[in-house]
Amino acid sequence: MKKKSKVVSYNKWGYIFLIPFVVVYLVFQMIPLVSTIYNSFFENYRSGLTQVGPNFVGLQNYLTIITNGDLPTYTVNTLIMWVMGFVPQIILSLLLGAWFTDPSLRLKAQGFFKTVIYMPNLIMASAFSMLFFTLFANTGPINSLLLQLGVIKEAYQFMSHVWSVRSLVAFMNCVMWFGNTTILLMAGMMGIDPSLFEAAQVDGATATQIFYKITLPLLKPILIFVMITSLIGGLQMFDVPQILTNGTGDPMRSSMTLIMYLNKHLFSKNYGLGGALSVFMFIITGILSLIVFKFTASPEKK
Amino acid sequence: MKRKLLGVLLSTTMVAGVIAGCGGNNAAPATEAPAEEASTEDAAEAPAETTEEATEDAAESTEEATAEVAADEGKVLNIYAWNEEFKSRLTDHYKGYEEVDATHGKIGDVDVVWNITPSENNAYQNNLDETLLKQDSAAADEKIDLFLVEADYALKYVDTDYTMPMADLGITDADLADQYSYTQAIVTDSNGKLKGSSWQACSAGLIYNRDAAKEVLGTDDPDEVQAAVADWDKYVETAKAAEEKGYTMCSVNDTYRTYSNNVSGKWVQDGKLVIDDNLMNWINDSKELVDAKAENTYDLWGDDWAKGKTPDGKIFCYFGPAWFFNFCLDADQDGTIANNGGWGYCVGPQSYYWGGTWICAATGTDNASLVKDIILTMTTDKDVLKEIAQADADCVNSKTVLAELAADDSGNLALLGGQNPYKQLAEGAEKVDLSNLSAYDQGCNESFQNAAKNYFEGNATLDEALDMFKKAVVEKYPEVTAD
Repeated sequence: MKKKSKVVSYNKWGYIFLIPFVVVYLVFQMIPLVSTIYNSFFENYRSGLTQVGPNFVGLQNYLTIITNGDLPTYTVNTLIMWVMGFVPQIILSLLLGAWFTDPSLRLKAQGFFKTVIYMPNLIMASAFSMLFFTLFANTGPINSLLLQLGVIKEAYQFMSHVWSVRSLVAFMNCVMWFGNTTILLMAGMMGIDPSLFEAAQVDGATATQIFYKITLPLLKPILIFVMITSLIGGLQMFDVPQILTNGTGDPMRSSMTLIMYLNKHLFSKNYGLGGALSVFMFIITGILSLIVFKFTASPEKK
Repeated sequence: MKRKLLGVLLSTTMVAGVIAGCGGNNAAPATEAPAEEASTEDAAEAPAETTEEATEDAAESTEEATAEVAADEGKVLNIYAWNEEFKSRLTDHYKGYEEVDATHGKIGDVDVVWNITPSENNAYQNNLDETLLKQDSAAADEKIDLFLVEADYALKYVDTDYTMPMADLGITDADLADQYSYTQAIVTDSNGKLKGSSWQACSAGLIYNRDAAKEVLGTDDPDEVQAAVADWDKYVETAKAAEEKGYTMCSVNDTYRTYSNNVSGKWVQDGKLVIDDNLMNWINDSKELVDAKAENTYDLWGDDWAKGKTPDGKIFCYFGPAWFFNFCLDADQDGTIANNGGWGYCVGPQSYYWGGTWICAATGTDNASLVKDIILTMTTDKDVLKEIAQADADCVNSKTVLAELAADDSGNLALLGGQNPYKQLAEGAEKVDLSNLSAYDQGCNESFQNAAKNYFEGNATLDEALDMFKKAVVEKYPEVTAD
């Protein structure tokens, strides 16, 4: 074995180890993305067993979506339900994260509680919403409980009121995801140099002051990450409201999210309109993520 | 150097694993084809060899080949269905069918494979569509042989070449002469070819709770109850009377089909969506009753809706055909009304039909003679049909059998308190008119009921609800216009 050079180049290993990711990314992300955009320029659907198209129609599909005015409605629905779920979720997670990472509290059985709060995330969303659907049915346990306690006189139709349906969706999303967010935030909090906390304590700062002046500012990168991933996840909200409302988004489609709307076009395998809608969603998601990023990142620069 | 080698090895196995995972699906059919080729090559080469053994082999293989041709068929019969109903009919009443496990059976040496997908959210049709569209290129044993359709979307399949005309299977009009004509109208394509057959005649009526009828009307006699619900005005009156006694008449979705079967035109005319007057009557009548709390808005098959099967549910009636008795009233569970024989049957305000299962043969089936035999046995054999009627309380598709059942006590049903409903069912079946059926029915009916529910519950005005209905239809059928 001849020695060619004493310097061993590790650069190529970087590329080699990247191959699996790049291949997976190309096959499952890039190709679908490009083909979605490609499909959006065609009239392509199935009526019964008869295939119509694909015929090139240019921007017709985009025009249809803009003119029928549904897109803003469903975007707003989605965002309302996301915000209703996300605000309590982030507050709860920050609180729990702060408690868990605070060494002065010396919480016992932390592992147990961390497992418990993460549990709901392990349940399938569809099973979870089936459960809620049954719980909150007109003749379901919640209604009978309230009736027997005398809180209400006749069964409250949870599924027939705009805000009760939205609240249920938001509540389910919150319960399902706060554990995950807590874990992420805790990781962020534990990454903060403990000497800063100690210094603050020595200087006589209260727990509230420490939280607002030290934890929160130093947690910002993780918070941004949590915000953006949750926003993207929220815009893709589908399974919970879909199962809870049996795909209708009732009452009057007030709980219909963007993806549920997209799913409506799959009844006729309408790839054209579906593609155009997906492109719009891609743009909306991009813009909203940028806004969140800008808002949370800019004050950092001084 | 060793470490380097290990690195290369690890990364290649990783990449190979990923690629193999992707390619897995394509690889399977490709390997099957060469195997078949090889066997034909063997057969061709065999005569060329001179040893005794070789000729014997060849003789054996030709024998096998002729045996297969005589049986004419593949060894696998694929049946697509959306629930267990047909499977249990076949298990109970088709001689020679043996059940192997939940999704497999055997008829002689043919394996029967059940592909059962629930109809919720269109899953059954989506699955069937995808498989039917690939029917031409599928391997013989993978092809669909039989599939079941419901009236709501029968035309979608019947009016294509994916369904085989009964005549091509060797089933003649004479074989089917005893069936009710409406059951054939549903599965006749636009060229007049009959493409399916059913063992059920699903004329339907009003199934009332006898205790409730006694309390509300003072009688549970079918004729007198019929008089109290003979038309929609009387029905509304009775519903309000029932409400005063603490009963809910039924769900608005129960009465829907009675109205929608008696429309004067199709859903889609000249590519345009048309809302029939009778459906507007449904909306107006139902709104009145919902506001008076005499009817509820529960979705069919839901838990809330199903509560009416027990006395505590306080439901006056359900609307349904004969399969509803057997399949939906939970007669085998303690404490249900059906278990105590507490239901009664009358025709109701208007005659109509609901559902029913049609057996269709898929074009390209490799089990044609077996398919023919199953269709003939299950839908025309009078003994089998009578057996089905008595064992499963089904209203069968044979005028003779229904007349026999109506004539004596053999048609009395325990869950109806010993009432014999076959006379009314047979009369109803004669009256069913399906001239306004279209391929759009299922999608339109579903969306219409859904949109109307919003109006009933006060979440929308009538116009808003109708607009939402139109929107939903155009989403489902992009080629349809709605003003």
